[in-house]
Amino acid sequence: MGIAVRNVTKRFGDFVALDDVSVEIPSGDLTALLGPSGGGKTTLLRIMAGLEQPDEGVVEINGVDATKLPPQSRNVGFVFQHYAAFKHMTVAKNVAFGLSIRKRPRAQIKSRVTELLELVHLEHFADRYPNQLSGGQRQRMALARALAVEPEVLLLDEPFGALDAQVRKELRTWLRRLHDEVHVTTAFVTHDQEEAMDVADTIVVIAKGHIEQIGTPSDLYDRPTSDFVMNFLGPVTQLAGAPVRPHDLEIVLEPGEDAVAGTVARVVKLGFEVRVDVDTADGETWVQLTRADADRLALSAGAPVGVRAVRAPTTEVPADATVEPVLDAFGG
Amino acid sequence: MASATTAKTTAARLGLRAIAIFYVGIMLLFPVGLLFWRTFEHGIQPVWDQLTTPSAAHAFRVTVIVAFWAVLGNTIFGLVTAILLVRHEFPGKRVLNALVDLPFAVAPVVVGLSLILVYGPHTSVGSWFADHGIDVIFALPGMVIATMFVSLPFVVRELVPVLEEIGDDQEQAAWTLGASRRQTFLRVTLPSIRWALAYGVVLTLARSLGEYGAILVVSGNVIDHTQTAPLYVGAQYANFNPQGAYAVAFALAAIAIVAIIILNVLRPKERT
Repeated sequence: MGIAVRNVTKRFGDFVALDDVSVEIPSGDLTALLGPSGGGKTTLLRIMAGLEQPDEGVVEINGVDATKLPPQSRNVGFVFQHYAAFKHMTVAKNVAFGLSIRKRPRAQIKSRVTELLELVHLEHFADRYPNQLSGGQRQRMALARALAVEPEVLLLDEPFGALDAQVRKELRTWLRRLHDEVHVTTAFVTHDQEEAMDVADTIVVIAKGHIEQIGTPSDLYDRPTSDFVMNFLGPVTQLAGAPVRPHDLEIVLEPGEDAVAGTVARVVKLGFEVRVDVDTADGETWVQLTRADADRLALSAGAPVGVRAVRAPTTEVPADATVEPVLDAFGG
Repeated sequence: MASATTAKTTAARLGLRAIAIFYVGIMLLFPVGLLFWRTFEHGIQPVWDQLTTPSAAHAFRVTVIVAFWAVLGNTIFGLVTAILLVRHEFPGKRVLNALVDLPFAVAPVVVGLSLILVYGPHTSVGSWFADHGIDVIFALPGMVIATMFVSLPFVVRELVPVLEEIGDDQEQAAWTLGASRRQTFLRVTLPSIRWALAYGVVLTLARSLGEYGAILVVSGNVIDHTQTAPLYVGAQYANFNPQGAYAVAFALAAIAIVAIIILNVLRPKERT
């Protein structure tokens, strides 16, 4: 149940946007499709909605083959990055659109619209036009419009991408709470790993038309199966040639057997955290400490120290793998 | 120093403004104003008399009929073409896009002559129509075709930038909400482009009312038969009845100006 995509391939001319991709969005879940720009995640979402046709493969919605169905008959709600508000209609008319297409009785439409506007906290804006709303309000209106027809699945394409940082954070918390209330199967596209980890039950990492890994946020963060996922989900450094998260390291003043010896190169205070660069025999590594830990150690440049992994290094990445920074990870 | 710069830019701005007003004045306001003044030189009654002679009234009737069909045809063609050009990919799209502008570039009299070459009484197309009881040249059908040709670009050129600006997000949102293509067009696309469409229609109408060269060739300019109002103006002026020419010319200009003013008053400040 939910949405199943099986062996989907999609090309635009010579460019392969999706290459034999299979993924399931479990019923009732909130799933993030995460990846760098141009990696195919929006194409995958649009194929689920029927806004693009796959060249090969099958899309099933709640067990029914929907591959050939037009978007009108898939019963999916779709929310666009730039809201796609009907500019010539009031907020109430926007939300009522799907119901009036379905020729529901006027009284029923009215009560449903009221109910939805309350759900998205826009009850006082029913008679406004979209250009009188802020970006966050428009996106909540778009969400209410998509939910009005009681879709089997809700698909959101970078829903917070056009909003400023503060509103973004508020809206994603709000989306999570909304989902806990409404429980509609939801997939949303994002290139922001923090947003994905904050909101989603499951994260699907997509890059270069392939699925890199599927799992819960903590699965992906702690047990990435590739360098790409490890780099994409959080900061990475090297200890004794193996990739490791800098906050999983600790510094000891008396090097023991389990610590790598080195010299402090630099101590940088970044507000609540402290970044310590250490030169070791295998090259430079950096350690993320809390301010309390850093104060206790009283480190300064030139001090001899030992660096030790607090938790087992992420096992599934080969120890000799080279870690390259993912430059376009946060690209627009 | 700063005030000197400010004074300089102010002077430059005033200079530019003066040039623009002078240009519009010399090219547009003065001649049209003079025409209006000449028209009403002897009061309103003579103007009314000139407008209501049987030949003038007939010329107006022909002009309205021709303009009506040309506007109708170009509104439908313009909508279809603009949507094709903006929303669809197809071979020959660039050629079509360039061809739409052709009527701006070709002299109307050339259009008239080419239509005679295609539909003239001694051509195969023309005689096919004649065999089916339809005269194209020296009759209304040819005049409508000629007018459609010269006024073809306006609706397309008004709609294309607006369609590009609104994008297809709204249309796709409507599809996912269950609206068919037809419902999406009527409820989402059309309301979004209505002012651009209205403007295109008014410009098409203005151009159609005023067409002279192409109509002159294909209509035969037969008084009380195929003579349109602009042709009537030309004929009356040549026949030493300048008051008749002024009156009808004034009426033609007034219709177009009033249409554009009405549209600008009705249209909301912000184009949606």
